[in-house]
Amino acid sequence: MSMYRISGATGEWEVVIGLEVHAQVVSHSKLFSGAAAIFGAEPNAQVSLVDAAMPGMLPVPNAECIRQAVRTGIAIDAAINKWSRFDRKNYFYADLPQGYQISQLYHPLVGEGHIDISLDDKNPDGEVKRIGVERIHVEQDAGKLMHDQHPTMSYVDLNRSGVALMEIVSRPDMASPAEAGAYLRKLRAILRYVGSCDGNMEEGSMRADVNVSVRKAGEPLGTRTETKNVNSVRFVMAAIEHEAMRQVDVLESGGKIVQETRLFDPDTGTTRSMRSKEDAHDYRYFPDPDLLPLVLTDAFVEECRASLPELPDAKRRRYEAALGLTPYVAGVLTAEVETARWFEALITECALLQGKGEELVAKQAANWLTSELFGALNRLGRSLEDSPVSPAQCAGLLALVANGTISNTIAKPVFEKMLETGDAAAEIVEREGLKQTSDTGAIDAAVAKVLADNADKVEQYKGGKEALFGFFVGQTMKAMQGKGNPQLVNEALKKALG
Amino acid sequence: MTELTQLGVADIREGVAAGTFTALEVAEAFNGAVAAAQDALNAFIVTTPELALDAARKVDAARASGEQLGAMAGVPIGMKDLFATKGVQTTAASHILEGFVPEYESTVSQKLWDAGAGMLGKLNLDQFAMGSSNETSYFGNVISPWRREGDTAALAPGGSSGGSSAAIAARLCPAATGTDTGGSIRQPAAFTGISGIKPTYGRCSRWGIVAFASSLDQAGPMARSVRDCAVMLGAMAGFDPKDSTSLDMPVPDWEAGLSANLAGKKVGIPREYRMDGMDPDVAKSWDDGIAWLKDAGAQIVEISLPHTQYALPTYYIIAPAEASSNLARYDGVRYGLRDLPDGAGLQDMYAATRAAGFGPEVKRRILIGTYVLSAGFYDAYYTQAQKVRTLIARDFELAFHHCDVILAPTAPTAAFALGEKSDDPLAMYLNDVFSVPASLAGLPAMSVPAGLSSGGLPLGLQIIGKPFDEQGVLNAGLAIEQRSGFTAQPAKWW
Repeated sequence: MSMYRISGATGEWEVVIGLEVHAQVVSHSKLFSGAAAIFGAEPNAQVSLVDAAMPGMLPVPNAECIRQAVRTGIAIDAAINKWSRFDRKNYFYADLPQGYQISQLYHPLVGEGHIDISLDDKNPDGEVKRIGVERIHVEQDAGKLMHDQHPTMSYVDLNRSGVALMEIVSRPDMASPAEAGAYLRKLRAILRYVGSCDGNMEEGSMRADVNVSVRKAGEPLGTRTETKNVNSVRFVMAAIEHEAMRQVDVLESGGKIVQETRLFDPDTGTTRSMRSKEDAHDYRYFPDPDLLPLVLTDAFVEECRASLPELPDAKRRRYEAALGLTPYVAGVLTAEVETARWFEALITECALLQGKGEELVAKQAANWLTSELFGALNRLGRSLEDSPVSPAQCAGLLALVANGTISNTIAKPVFEKMLETGDAAAEIVEREGLKQTSDTGAIDAAVAKVLADNADKVEQYKGGKEALFGFFVGQTMKAMQGKGNPQLVNEALKKALG
Repeated sequence: MTELTQLGVADIREGVAAGTFTALEVAEAFNGAVAAAQDALNAFIVTTPELALDAARKVDAARASGEQLGAMAGVPIGMKDLFATKGVQTTAASHILEGFVPEYESTVSQKLWDAGAGMLGKLNLDQFAMGSSNETSYFGNVISPWRREGDTAALAPGGSSGGSSAAIAARLCPAATGTDTGGSIRQPAAFTGISGIKPTYGRCSRWGIVAFASSLDQAGPMARSVRDCAVMLGAMAGFDPKDSTSLDMPVPDWEAGLSANLAGKKVGIPREYRMDGMDPDVAKSWDDGIAWLKDAGAQIVEISLPHTQYALPTYYIIAPAEASSNLARYDGVRYGLRDLPDGAGLQDMYAATRAAGFGPEVKRRILIGTYVLSAGFYDAYYTQAQKVRTLIARDFELAFHHCDVILAPTAPTAAFALGEKSDDPLAMYLNDVFSVPASLAGLPAMSVPAGLSSGGLPLGLQIIGKPFDEQGVLNAGLAIEQRSGFTAQPAKWW
């Protein structure tokens, strides 16, 4: 799919990319304790005895976290392992109270699955690349060190300690920063559709470890580096680009790539070495003796499956087939779960108000949403979730256009007023007298005046410059403050111009 | 008043209920015995006389108002200092937890308080329950109340529940909690002429017990009679949703089910436990036990547990492996000891804190555990040990096709002197040779007194049962108890 190559002095290099995404599970409480798991609380306000690893405390798995991971697995068409087990990953750090992280090395909850990505927005079903997902396992997050609270000491905040993470490990199937970006966006969309992770990369609830290596075409895989904890799609793409170039430079100047952990610096867009394989921890993984193997029943897995919503690809195809939308528009509307939800609420309202099937209002609604509403939200710097107008209000406006009360042209300023005041479209139209006129007498008069005022252009038109017709329409509409029924204006002009 | 301290759990409960004496009188008597013996025996790390009195007053008040009394009502007990007790220092006998006062109560101790028991104090033990002699405690070793005939040498009370065993044998408390990872209830019970049962793994919640080796740790009662063990185990056991390995099963009324009639029961004698060079006193007590059980109506059958010889090495891989991870939390960051040298960084703090906080035996086991889990050695040690553990459990499973309970010695010798084995870890580990297999298989097992050695020291017999069959174990124990006529108690020298 991608022909991304790095041109070095010795020829062209391919890039091989794999991503390990840590996604914080949406759940009221942590993976093994009853403590709350909400972002932004006061330091150490959400810490149970288990999270602080007090002597004699024991972990108890939280079924909701397991359920979310299983639902995520089903959403990427993955094998669900009905028998899985928790292992301890042992290392010392101040943000890790137990001295080990409870994770799943040997027997993960979710096995092999995949995510389909497309790089062509215009034709999302055209050239699709399937990215393998090796596994998803659940594990505990660590706490957080705060280095800015004391001149010589670091403080520890354990609110995040024990929060459930899904580690979603891809196959090294991506070959360009663009593919990695598309994979991450798609994964994020799926997680948000499923509701298993809020995908908020800024707050750290989704972050990626980026594995990169380079090779000449046809050669075996090169040595990879792992860039840790990159927290935006843009940064992931930048990190890959930089890291691949760096590796090519090293190799072409006769050096060797060291298998190591690296850090991405968003300020410089570069990566730097954190620790090499030699300094790597020996994590001494072994099965956690405090926990029994996790055994899922068929009924549990089926309940997870049944609880899944329609996922982005299925929804997009349905929009194309059932609503007659173009692949591009359907893709835009389904890329984010909020957009799709908003759109579906909008067409339900539109269909209701206009007394038509959803398939007959979908195009009008889709166009309005993707151009006018998105444009307005962009200008206001707001998102769909805190849009100043509701789907019902927008449907009210679109119904006025559909039944000829106002023209498309008038609809735009009416919408601006709606954004400003929050008033209903009908109220604004009524108050400001913006109703479209179909009074042929008024239209004929306006046409006559425009033609009289532009006698020179009428001459040109009659001499063959037919493009001027649009100019006359515009002038007439302007003369009528946009309220003329466009169809009648057209007809009147045609008649008057002979 | 002195005779009150001779009473056991059931006697005290019944005397209090009948009004023969008050719970307060009982608590005062035991508080007095505890205080008088503390300097000589060092059985307690802290004493809590006020808590014992408070609990007693509550029971007396409840009785006065005609309330139903709990199974342990009016019984003051000792609490092994491995159980977290709210508001009372909990140390696991380690310097690293010195001064640590939990804000929570372990499930088992809470159940005991709910049943009407009171706490005399926190009992000494081997540090983090690692040891067979109580010599690894940071707070000094416990001295057994027993002495060899004509000898005043200080003897080991066994371990790790050595404070518990010494206190019960010396009549400082009628009963105490113990925990058993590889024999830590049974071996000290055997050394001091008392009874103790480790129930099926999962019977008693581990929540709030300082962890040594999670897959093996199990709490149980120690007392001076089988009946008292049955009463107290009933109060300690039960499903706990806070412990994922807890058994979700009803708790039988073991006391009501006690019966020394073993007609129709088969008792297995494991061939592999009769080792070359076996201590003649121990061999004789085993033969006595066989005769007593026969007399109780049981049929004796020889059985084979072919993987017995691998149990000890398997145990000394799995237990340290789990311990090395379980003890990682003692890092000086959140509670307990912190040794922060001037200008030290995080790693220095870890090193200094753990170097100062852990005793040599704890360090030895952390190092062994770290080694067997490390890259390149994991499969050869840990994975292999897990496989052998499965084989050992299977040995028992097959053996139980042929018998209902298994009879064996509890320990290879009677109590040894303090210092006798402390320089030789291997000799010390060998003390667990008979107790470790049942631990690896998670089976209920108890030790009951069987008589005295030629040196005048107690010897114990061990009964191992099928999973969940504590009743069968207790009943066989009762049959021995009724026939051994064991009434010996240490002469009071303290």
